[in-house]
Parts: sequence; C-alpha cells; structure tokens
Amino acid sequence: MARDRLADAKDYYDVIVIGSGLAGLTGANNLAKAGRSVLLLEQHYNFGGMATWFKRPGGHIFDISLHGFPVGMIKSCRKYWTREIADSIVQLKGVRFDNPQFSLQTTFDRVDFTNKLVDHFGIEKQTVEDFFNASRAMDFYDDQAMTTRELFQKFFPGRSDVVRFLMEPIAYANGSTLDDPAITYGIVFSNFMSKGVYIFQGGTDKLIRMMKTELKVNGVDLRHSICVDKICTEDGQVTGVVANGTKIACGAVLSNANLKTTIEKMVGPEKFDDAFIKEAKAVRLNNSSCQVYMGIKKGETLDNIGDLLFTSVDPEFDSTRLCAKDVTSRTFSMYYPDIRPGSDRYAIVSSTNANWSDWATLSEQDYEKEKQHLIKTTLDALEKYIPGVRQKIDHVEASTPKTFEHYTMQAQGATFGTKFEGLQVSMDLPKQIEGLFHAGSVGIIMSGWLGAINYGVIVANEVDSFMLTKLQSQQQAAS
Amino acid sequence: MGDLNVKKVILEIISIVAPDADLSDVKTDVRLRDQLEMDSMDFLDIVMELRKRYKIEVPKEDYQMLASLDSCVEYLAPKFAALSPA
Repeated sequence: MARDRLADAKDYYDVIVIGSGLAGLTGANNLAKAGRSVLLLEQHYNFGGMATWFKRPGGHIFDISLHGFPVGMIKSCRKYWTREIADSIVQLKGVRFDNPQFSLQTTFDRVDFTNKLVDHFGIEKQTVEDFFNASRAMDFYDDQAMTTRELFQKFFPGRSDVVRFLMEPIAYANGSTLDDPAITYGIVFSNFMSKGVYIFQGGTDKLIRMMKTELKVNGVDLRHSICVDKICTEDGQVTGVVANGTKIACGAVLSNANLKTTIEKMVGPEKFDDAFIKEAKAVRLNNSSCQVYMGIKKGETLDNIGDLLFTSVDPEFDSTRLCAKDVTSRTFSMYYPDIRPGSDRYAIVSSTNANWSDWATLSEQDYEKEKQHLIKTTLDALEKYIPGVRQKIDHVEASTPKTFEHYTMQAQGATFGTKFEGLQVSMDLPKQIEGLFHAGSVGIIMSGWLGAINYGVIVANEVDSFMLTKLQSQQQAAS
Repeated sequence: MGDLNVKKVILEIISIVAPDADLSDVKTDVRLRDQLEMDSMDFLDIVMELRKRYKIEVPKEDYQMLASLDSCVEYLAPKFAALSPA
C-alpha cells in the first residue's frame, strides 16, 4: 500500500496551493512570508511543473524549459526568492538564426537588434525606434483589437524576413501566433529586448532545490505525489480540498493547475454562473511542444556554436507550419559544461511547437514511428551545425504533447497555458467563488518563467488581501 | 503617526522593494516611477508590505494614490492615524 503522504498534515491551512509550477511555488512562498499557513500539493514527485529536468543513465541530465528568459527574472528572483538564486542568473550571448532568408548571430537585445535591422535588413533607423517604442508602450489595458500580424504590417510591410527575425523566437518563448493580440507579442518581446536572454547557472534541478529550501525556511508544508481530487465549496465559498481521499479545510485555494481543469474538474461547472462557464469553456488552450533530448558521450566535447539556435529550412515564417508534425523550424538549446559548474558534460535539447491533435490519436505503433522520425529529422538538421554529431551522442529520446500531458497533467499537454482570453477568466475566478484563486500560465503574457513567477506574486497579493479581510471579520464576529 | 513618519515608513518600504533605487534625493511631488525606475510589480510590493506590517489595505482602485511621496502621505496618513489607539 502506498504510504499516506498526508498522514501528519494539519486539519486546516489558511491557503492550499494546488500545483508547484513556478507560479504555485512563488505564490506559496509569498503567502508564507506574509504570515499565512500554507500547504502545497504537487501530483508529481518533483516540484517545478514545466520548470523541470530529468536524468538518464550515463550521467545525462536534460532541462525541459530552462532555455532562456528575460533579465526581469533577476529582479523577481531577488525580491520573491533569494539573493543567492538571483545571483546564479547569467546572460546567454550567442543567439543564432539560420534559415533560407538570413543567417546571423545576435545578443538578442535592443541595441544589437536595432543594428541588425538597420545594417542587415536595411530598415530605416527611425522605423526601428518607432517599432521598439510601440512594442514597449503596450500594456494589458490597451486596445486589444490589433494583432501581431497587423503590428508587423504597420511597421515592416511586405518584409517576411523581418517578421521571421522578430517573431520566430517569441513563438518559441510563448506559443503566440501572428493572429494573437499584438500586446501578447509586445510585452514579451520588450521584456527580452530590455537586456537580452538569461539562464540559471546550475540547472533547473539546482533552482528547484534552492526554492524548496526557501519554502521550508518560510514554513510552507510541502507535499509531493498527491493528486487533488476536488476543491470543496459551500454557499459560494471555498472550504477545503479533497486529496488522497482526505478532506483538508482551508481559507483559500490558489490553484496552479490548468485553468480549465480547475473550473471544470476540481470545482465542477455547476458551481459557477452559466455565463462564466460559457466564457471558461471558450478559453482556447495554447499549443504544445515536441522536444528531442541528445546526450553527448562522456569525454566528448562540442565547439561553441552559440547558445540558442533558431533554425529552419522553411522558405518563410508561418505560425501554422510552426506547429505541424513535419516542421523544419526548431530551436536548439546548447548546454555546455559551464551551465552546471563542475560538470564536464554537454547536452542538446531541440524544441518545436506542436499540436495535441496531431499526436493524441495515433496508434501505439504509429506514435513510436513518428517519434523515431522526429529524432531522425532532428539529428539530420543538427548535422549541418555539428558534423558527425551522431557519433558524439550516446543517448537520445523524444517527448511529444502526450509526454507533457502525462507528466504535468496539463490538459492537452499545453506547454504555454491558454490563449489571451484565459487571463480574464483566471482573474474573475474569485468573483465567482469566494476564496478561489488561480495563478499559472494564462493569456500568453503570463507564461514563461518570468510571467509565471510574477503572476504568482500578483495573485498571492489578492489571496493575502482576501485572507486579511476574512480573518478580521471572523475576529469581529467572535468578539 | 505624523506626516514625516509616514514618509519615513514609505521610504523604508521602497528601500526594501527596490533595493537599487537611490533614495537620497527623492522629490516628494514627482511620480516615484518617473524618478526611481520602479515598475508595477514594485508598487504591488509596497501594497503587500503595508498589509504585512500595518494591516493597512490598499484596494486596487486606490493604487494610483501611491504615485508620489506626497500622494502617499495624503492617502496613508489617515489610515495610519486610525491604527493608533486614541
């Protein structure tokens, strides 16, 4: 019989956090620091959600989503985690593009992008400045009618090469397309352009270990391998959760599970207004991903060919083609030994965007065949940048939308959360059920490592405010 | 709590939420984000610190009242006054 991982849990917590993605972890830490008693429940045996890693025999270790985040992570980690975590963040300076339209290397910041757009693409400097300023000025309260396609059309009409240069990396960073609202592009693009791309030195495993230590210091009760079956409500208020058959009472729930799963499965659609459920059901999940993990033999080395390589043999950038199963656009994330100081190992992770529907219905046999095809075409593409790479690799495997769904329980393996409309539904949740909050990858702008951490803080503030009012009114009632 | 002390409390909180900000010469009538490189997350942190330290609640619609030091004092002084026993 499985051991009861909730045996010594308390009967009541101020807040129960469901899920330990970066938004859940950061929300939990913030609430504990504010003095709330917090229980964090994670279904997997590792904390971190999509911020995760895995090991394979032969000393291989692969990071799933570490590949690169904006400079804002340094400030957010220092404020919401620890100085030590923030101090481990370092810049990646070698970002390469290679496709039939152009081939170049950049530090991926505003200064260098401006130079490239002027010198390489021949755009007027003033147009570039205007574009950067327009992107940076966008915020959530703006008009959301303009699409990213229209934004590019306005500044760079007829320049599919410029669109590719500006859009392809962001499509990999947040799964957005040319038809999403321009602010989903502008906010994320500007975050990156502020000072370039950064990574956590030490790897995802070290980051999550440091976060766990900090959560324990702040008194969060951390439990893994526990699946939450139900969020209990009474008279439109959260009363607790049922996990492993045990009911635990709480003042508020902060769900870091998928937004739609939270509403439709954990709470139940009958507990909400019809109009709200209609809106929630209409929220589109974002696309998923495929990855190929390549481990380099011990003793082998790789030349530095850049840190992030955006490669493609497609003639032009195309949002639909980007998710297709026979996609040729892929990002290679190069992990040299300095990513884990003290290690002498190399690894390469190839990422492509993907559709759940292309993978979910395959027979077992076809699924395996398609995975092998993905591995073969990935290695073929890599051969151009690292000749003889097959001889250097002694471990290779692939993940698909089904793999992500299996490990994270994220509906349809959605690696970028929901489309834009998900943000409003996420924010409106507490208006439907008192004490029910959601933080996670929603609305494209709240996705990625930085978006998840900051959204975790924003919602933790709402939870904390709710708890203060609730506890004060209980005190008044008692006195 | 007098106006001077409210100002001191706010500056102390800013020094924690924006540790890189130079607070030696903050103009009281100029918007904080125009002189200190503060973003919306920093202002959210001020709201959280006020709640944690003094149980003072700043509702979302009043966030704009924290724009400058002067407006902070004007908005928060009555709230601080309400805390002290008469």
